[in-house]
Amino acid sequence: MTTVDAKAGVGQEHEVGRARGRKEDARLITGQTNWTDNITLPGLVHVAFVRSPYAHARIASVDLTAARDAPGVFAAYSGADFAAEQGSLPCAWPVTPDIVIPDHPPMAVDTVRYGGEIVACVVARDRYAAADAAELVDVTYEGLDPVLDMEAALTEGSPKVHEAGNKSFTWELVNGDLDAAFRDAPVVIERTYGQQRLIPSAMEPRAVVCAPVGDEYTMWSATQIPHVLRVMLALVTGIPEHKLRVIAPDVGGGFGSKLQVTGEEVLALLLARKLGRPVKWTESRSEGNVAVHHGRDQIQQLRLAADADGRIRALDVHLLADMGAYLMLVTPGVPLLGAFMFNAIYKMDAYRFNCTGVFTTKTPTDAYRGAGRPEATYAIEHLMDDLAAELGVDPLELRERNWIKHEEFPYATISGLTYDTGNYEAATATAKELFHYDQLRKEQSERVSGDATVRLGIGISTFTEMCGLAPSRVLGSLAYAAGGWEHASIRMLPTGKVEVVTGSSAHGQGHETAWSQIVADQLGVPFEDIRVLHGDTAIAPKGMDTYGSRSLVVGGTAIVNACDKVRQKARVIAAAMLEASPDDLEWDAGRWAVRGDPDQGKTIGEIAFAAFAAHDLPDGVEPSLDSDATYDPDNFSFPHGTHLCAVEVDTETGQVRIRSYVAVDDVGVVVNPLIVEGQVHGGIAQGVAQALYEEAAYDSSGNLVTASLADYLIPSAADLPSFTTSRTTTPSTLNPLGVKGVGEAGTIASTPAVVNAIVDALRPFGVSDVPMPCTPERVWRAIQEGTAQ
Amino acid sequence: MRISVKVDGVRYDDDVEPRLLLVHYLREQAGRTGTPIGCDTSNCGACTVLLNGRSVKSCSVLAVQADGAEVTTIQGLAGDAGELHPMQQAFHEEHALQCGYCTPGMIMAAVDLLGDNPHPTEEEVRDGLEGNLCRCTGYQNIVRAVLRAANGSVAAEVTA
Repeated sequence: MTTVDAKAGVGQEHEVGRARGRKEDARLITGQTNWTDNITLPGLVHVAFVRSPYAHARIASVDLTAARDAPGVFAAYSGADFAAEQGSLPCAWPVTPDIVIPDHPPMAVDTVRYGGEIVACVVARDRYAAADAAELVDVTYEGLDPVLDMEAALTEGSPKVHEAGNKSFTWELVNGDLDAAFRDAPVVIERTYGQQRLIPSAMEPRAVVCAPVGDEYTMWSATQIPHVLRVMLALVTGIPEHKLRVIAPDVGGGFGSKLQVTGEEVLALLLARKLGRPVKWTESRSEGNVAVHHGRDQIQQLRLAADADGRIRALDVHLLADMGAYLMLVTPGVPLLGAFMFNAIYKMDAYRFNCTGVFTTKTPTDAYRGAGRPEATYAIEHLMDDLAAELGVDPLELRERNWIKHEEFPYATISGLTYDTGNYEAATATAKELFHYDQLRKEQSERVSGDATVRLGIGISTFTEMCGLAPSRVLGSLAYAAGGWEHASIRMLPTGKVEVVTGSSAHGQGHETAWSQIVADQLGVPFEDIRVLHGDTAIAPKGMDTYGSRSLVVGGTAIVNACDKVRQKARVIAAAMLEASPDDLEWDAGRWAVRGDPDQGKTIGEIAFAAFAAHDLPDGVEPSLDSDATYDPDNFSFPHGTHLCAVEVDTETGQVRIRSYVAVDDVGVVVNPLIVEGQVHGGIAQGVAQALYEEAAYDSSGNLVTASLADYLIPSAADLPSFTTSRTTTPSTLNPLGVKGVGEAGTIASTPAVVNAIVDALRPFGVSDVPMPCTPERVWRAIQEGTAQ
Repeated sequence: MRISVKVDGVRYDDDVEPRLLLVHYLREQAGRTGTPIGCDTSNCGACTVLLNGRSVKSCSVLAVQADGAEVTTIQGLAGDAGELHPMQQAFHEEHALQCGYCTPGMIMAAVDLLGDNPHPTEEEVRDGLEGNLCRCTGYQNIVRAVLRAANGSVAAEVTA
C-alpha cells in the first residue's frame, strides 16, 4: 500500500516516482472548491429544461403561455423558437463515408427520439422558479413506436428512429485468411456476449454558466474538454471562436461523460446571447441519468478457431453497437477503439472485426471509461476461459501458449498496431504469487468434490489496452475530425517560480501534482515552487483535453519537451553570465555550470531573473525563458497487467462475494505511485460495478427505469472489497518519460476477471456465461438452466 | 418563514421559503458552497453536514428544520488557525479523494461515524459509509483514511 511520503522531495534526487500528496487536496478537503454550480454572477438567471417523457413521439404543440406568465420568469422557448440558430450537435467521428449522421438539434423541433430529450426551456430568477415554470409548459405529443432492440431495429418493417433508417454504419477490419483459419480448425468456439448499457455517473452532475459581455462570451462548464468545446461551440453556433472563452473549473469526475458537446451547453450560450444576461443550468441527478450520454451497450457475436493444443488460429468479431437516438461527439468511434483490442495480447493468424452502429430510441451512447477497450477485453478474456474449459487446460497456461513473449517486442499485432514493450510473464507471475493461485485452485476442486453449496471461482484477465490517444495521423486515417497532440507551456517567473500551462484538463486525475513532479525533475526546481494552470482557454489557449488515458503520455511529453526548450534558452543566457561558451556548460540539478568547474554555475532561477532584468543579454537573445511545446505521439502506449479475482458463489441464492482480488499492472514508469494506485482502485471498482451491479434498464415503452440513484446501483463501500495491487514495469519506449497511462486500466481489466470467476465457479453446473450484471437472480437462473441441460 | 441557524460558528437570521432545502440554504444564502449536491434522491451523501453534531444529508432536511440548530459543514471543520481536522488530514495522507466531489460529505459522515464508534473495523467503516457514494476511489483509500483517523495511523493493512 502506498501512502503519502512525508519526506518526498527532501534530499531526493528525483521527484518522479515519489508518493507525493496531492496539491489539489488542499482545496478539495476544505470545501474551497470552485465547482461550476458554485458560480454566481450579478443578474444571473437560471434555466430549467422540459424533457420528453416519451421515447419516441411527434411534437404536436408546445404551449408556453402559462410558463411565461409565471412569477420570476424571464423567458420560455420551444425548439421551434431556436430552429434557425441552434444548429446541430456535432459528431466528430464519421467512421465511414456512407455513415448516417442524423440532424441533432439541441432542442427538439418536431420529433423526440429518446426519453429525456429537450423540448423546451424556461429561464427564471432562481432555480426554484425555473423548475416551477417548467412544470407549466404544456407539450402535446403524438406517440410513435419505440425502437429498443438492436436486432429487431435492423429487420425490415421495424419502426424507424430516423428517416434514413436504423443503421448508422458498418465498419470492418480484416487481416489474414479467415476462411483458411476456420477451415478444419480442431476447435471452434462460438459465443454471443452482451455488454449492458451503463450510466457513467460522475459524482458532480453537469452544470454550465454562460456570461455575455458585448458580443463575447465566457462559459464555465463541468467538462473534460474546454478546448474542444470552444471549437465546437464556434462551429455549431457561428459565434467566432475568438469571442468564446471556455473554463472548466473544478470538475467532479468525468469518466468520458463530460467528453461531450451537449445541447445544454449550446443552449446556455444561445440563451445568454438572446437575453443579454448570464445564465446558469445545473443538472439534477435524475435529469442526468436520462440526458448524459450512456456507455457500452453492445451485442458481441464471436467465433474463435484454435488448434487442438489451444493455439489461436483466428478470431471473428461481429458487433452490434447501440448508438442510441443520435450520434454525439465520438459515438460511432467508441466501438472502433475496440477493433484493435479484441486480439489483445495474443498472436493469431487471422482476424476480422465487423461493427454495425444501430439507432434506437434511447439516450445516445458515447465514451465511458475505457471506451471500446473494456468491451473487447471482456470478450476475448471470456473466450479464453471458455476455450480453456473446452480443452481442459488451465486458463493461465492457455494464455501463456498464446501471448506475445516478452522477447518478441516490439510486436506487430494482427489488428495492425505495434506494441512497443510488455512483459506478460512477469505480471502474471507476480499476480499468481500474490493471489496464491495454486492454493485457491486446490480449494476450489475440494469444494467441487465435496459438493459444497458455496463454490469458489477464479477469474483471470490478462489484459492490455491502447492508451495515449493518439497519433494524429492514425486518428485521421480513422476519419476522426481532430488531432491527438497535446500542448504545454513553461513560464519562468522572475523569482524562479514556475508556471506550467497544460492543455490537459484534469477532473480528479491529480495533474497539478504529477505535472509539478515532472517539471521539478526537468528544471531542478522545488516541487512547491511550481504551479500548474489548466482548464481555461484564455490561460491555456491550446489543448486536446483529458480522456483516453492520454494526459501523462501525451501531455507529459509536451511538458518534458517544453522544459527542454527552457533549459536550452537558459543555457545561452547562463553562458553570457558566466562568460563561457554555451558548449562548455553542463546541466546538473537545476543549474548550468562550467564543465570541470562546477562552482561556476547559475541556477535556473538566477537565469530567469537575468532574463527578466535583461540588462546583459547577448545580442539577439530574447528576454524570456518561456517555452511552448506541442507533442504529437508516434504510436499509442500499451499498458497491460494480470488481474485475478476469486469469488464465492452461493449456489442456493445466487449471491456472489468477491473474496480476493489481485491486480498487477504494468503502466510503465510511475510518476506518482499514490495517484496510480488510486486510479487502479477506482478503475477496478467501476469494472466490478459493470460485472455485478449496474445496468441502465428500459421498460417495453422505452422508459429508463433506472433514472435515479435509487434505481441505478452504484456500489457503495459496503459492496466492494479491498484490492491487492502491485506493479511490474517495462518502460514505454515511445516517450521520454517511459509512461503508458493508467486511467482506464482497472476498468478494462476487472469486468472480465469478475465474470470469469463467477462462470468458473459455475462450470460444473454446465454454465458457460452469466449475463451482466451478474445479479443473484441471474446467477441463480444460470445455475438452474445449466443444471437442467 | 424566519429561521435562526448557526452555520460553522456564525449565526444567520433569515427568511426562507418553507420548501427550501437545507443544502440550498447553505449554498445559496449562507454562501457555504463547500457542500455540493450529487443527487436528488438522498442516495449519494455528497451534501452530508453535521446538524447538532450528527450527520445528515442536507438535501433531505428543510432549512426550516434547522431553525435553532447548529450546522457544521466541511468549511467549518478545520481549526480556527486553519489546522486541518484529523479526518481531513487522513484523507490527504491516504489519497482518499480524486475528483473531490464526494469528499465533503464523505468526511462529515466519517467524522460522525467515529463519534459513534471510535475504533471501527474495516467492515464497520464500510457499512458506516454505505450512504455516501464515491465514483473515483473504489473506497479503499477512504476506508484506510477513516481507520487512520481513528487510530492515529493505519494499524493494520486493509488489504489481504
